[in-house]
Amino acid sequence: MMLEIKNLHVNVGGKEILKGIDLIVNAGEVHAIMGPNGSGKSTLAQTIAGKQDYEITKGQVLLEGKNLLELSPEDRAREGVFLAFQYPIELPGVSNTNLLKTALNEIRKYRGLEAIDTMEFLTLIKSKMKLVELEQSLLSRAVNEGFSGGEKKRNEIFQMAVLEPKLAILDETDSGLDIDALRIVANGVTKLKSKDNATIVVTHYQRLLDYIIPDFVHVLYNGRIVKSGGKDLALELEERGYDWLKEDKELIAG
Amino acid sequence: MLNIDFAELEEKISNEELTFRNAIAKEAIKNYSSLDFPNNKDEEWRFTNISQLMKHDFRFISGSSDINRNDIKKFLLGEIFKYQFVFVNGKFIKELSSDVRTQNIEIANIDTAIDNNTELFKKHFAKYAKSKVNYFSALNSTNINSGAFINITDNSVIKEPIHLLFISDFKRKTLVQPRNLFLAGKNSQATIIEHYAAFNDNIYFANAVTEIFVGENSTLNHIKIQEESRNSYHISETAIEMERSSNFESAAISFGGEISRNEINCKFNGQGCEATLNGLFMLDDTQLHDTHTSIDHAKPYCNSHEQYKGILDGKSRGVFNGKVIVRPNAQKTNAFQENNNIILSNEALVNTKPQLEIFADDVKCSHGATIGQIDQDSMFYLKSRGIGEETARKILIHAFASDVVKSIKVNGLRDYLENILELRFNKEK
Repeated sequence: MMLEIKNLHVNVGGKEILKGIDLIVNAGEVHAIMGPNGSGKSTLAQTIAGKQDYEITKGQVLLEGKNLLELSPEDRAREGVFLAFQYPIELPGVSNTNLLKTALNEIRKYRGLEAIDTMEFLTLIKSKMKLVELEQSLLSRAVNEGFSGGEKKRNEIFQMAVLEPKLAILDETDSGLDIDALRIVANGVTKLKSKDNATIVVTHYQRLLDYIIPDFVHVLYNGRIVKSGGKDLALELEERGYDWLKEDKELIAG
Repeated sequence: MLNIDFAELEEKISNEELTFRNAIAKEAIKNYSSLDFPNNKDEEWRFTNISQLMKHDFRFISGSSDINRNDIKKFLLGEIFKYQFVFVNGKFIKELSSDVRTQNIEIANIDTAIDNNTELFKKHFAKYAKSKVNYFSALNSTNINSGAFINITDNSVIKEPIHLLFISDFKRKTLVQPRNLFLAGKNSQATIIEHYAAFNDNIYFANAVTEIFVGENSTLNHIKIQEESRNSYHISETAIEMERSSNFESAAISFGGEISRNEINCKFNGQGCEATLNGLFMLDDTQLHDTHTSIDHAKPYCNSHEQYKGILDGKSRGVFNGKVIVRPNAQKTNAFQENNNIILSNEALVNTKPQLEIFADDVKCSHGATIGQIDQDSMFYLKSRGIGEETARKILIHAFASDVVKSIKVNGLRDYLENILELRFNKEK
């Protein structure tokens, strides 16, 4: 098992947002988590990555059996978790290259590997840039500063490609993208997929799933996973919206 | 008044003939005597308490230092510039300096220039600094004992930077008073680096005044680096007089001193001037730094841009006061000012104050000030990439400082500053 989430409850600002999440993700799988605004999708993504100020009141999150909740955000990343941010942060004064090299080396150090050789690093990032069709000039620019929305999202996938995580969580990476950028991002993700890693795609729209075919689709509503299924569930959601689930949910609750 | 013994100086002046030098000193002693030692009741010194200066008995410079070429190497900017001028304990060190007098540029020890008192020198010397109202500028003029006179002649383009290095190695409490005069002739271009450094942590007081005349259509780049002894005091006035269509770009970087203050007064005397004033200060422990800028838009069609940044740790104090005056006829003025501070501890404090006095109606002026901590969202972003707390913090502080450092166009100097920043951050908790 790559990721196992058991009965996870999370409070944000004193309010319970996640109300008992159970999820199992195996290596080689792609899971889509869908749901209306405010259902807790981003909270779940950020909780796995280790966002501060999120109060975990109950439950467990295990990565290959290791308790992630005991680890700092940086150690989770070093263990192989990667979060592609819904709103990537702009870091004026920090070059993309510097960020990646520092990150890569800290991860390698954690795993007992030597720092990467400069030439090797350059070769690596060049090959990964092609994957997301990023222009080389973006490398020396400050992280995300003055990037278009599409460039920011592609930059997230580029970072993911360089850091080669075991578990990648894409938080609404498709939101706000035009169809070309969406295709590039999705292609990048698909190419990075292997039998040894797993991907969780958090999305609001079914559209992304035309390009990244999920093995499982889960619907998150009001802090709980209310329905799980195959990729057809996404199509059904696209057609019928979320309201029918809300009704179902009330039935369940009733 | 500071504990400085003027009796000997006054007696010496009264016994000698009234030379140019003595006339200046005499006038300055008069000004100085009429001014009060600044205290917190004075609006210009409201947040900058310098009363501890009074506790020390500073003496005017005497004695020499046995510093040699090897010792100063660490203060050179990666390469030896063609125009290198070194002062140790206020004394001009000929052996460590390049003597220059060509048809394009003249660099001289200020002492020599005062003695020579050419027409050109007299036309500009002691004309721009506010010696009548500024206590410390008046004090500087009473006994000038260090500094350089640089004259870039009309139409001369000096590509290599001019590096003035003031090193302190005082064994006892000394008052050193650097005094500089830079003249940029018509259509000329040059870069001048004013660099204050120290060999030890001793207590001394550097009271500097620099007057700069930026001639018509000339471009002058001025960088001041202040890395004085940790226990020293550094107070300075930089007065800039700008002529029509001239361009002045500056960066003031301050790391050292227990108390330091940069007062920068810039005046536009003609249309079409452009002044860029950048600065960065980085403080720890009980350090205090104060930057006071004043830009006088006396003429129309001039632009000024100010960006000052502060990084404060420990119990340090930062003060920024940015005055911009737009005179009634100075239409089409653009004046932009920004002061950003980052506070790394619970006990550091910044007082920042924009002061806009606008008397014209067709102008664009803006100001902004921020005081904040390291952005937690940025921290989380870096950590989520596997970067640890320490490194993430260093990266973000460095990034904050970097746009000021990057505005410096002299490569060797930029590397030198990057190195200081690097060392400083490695020390951070």
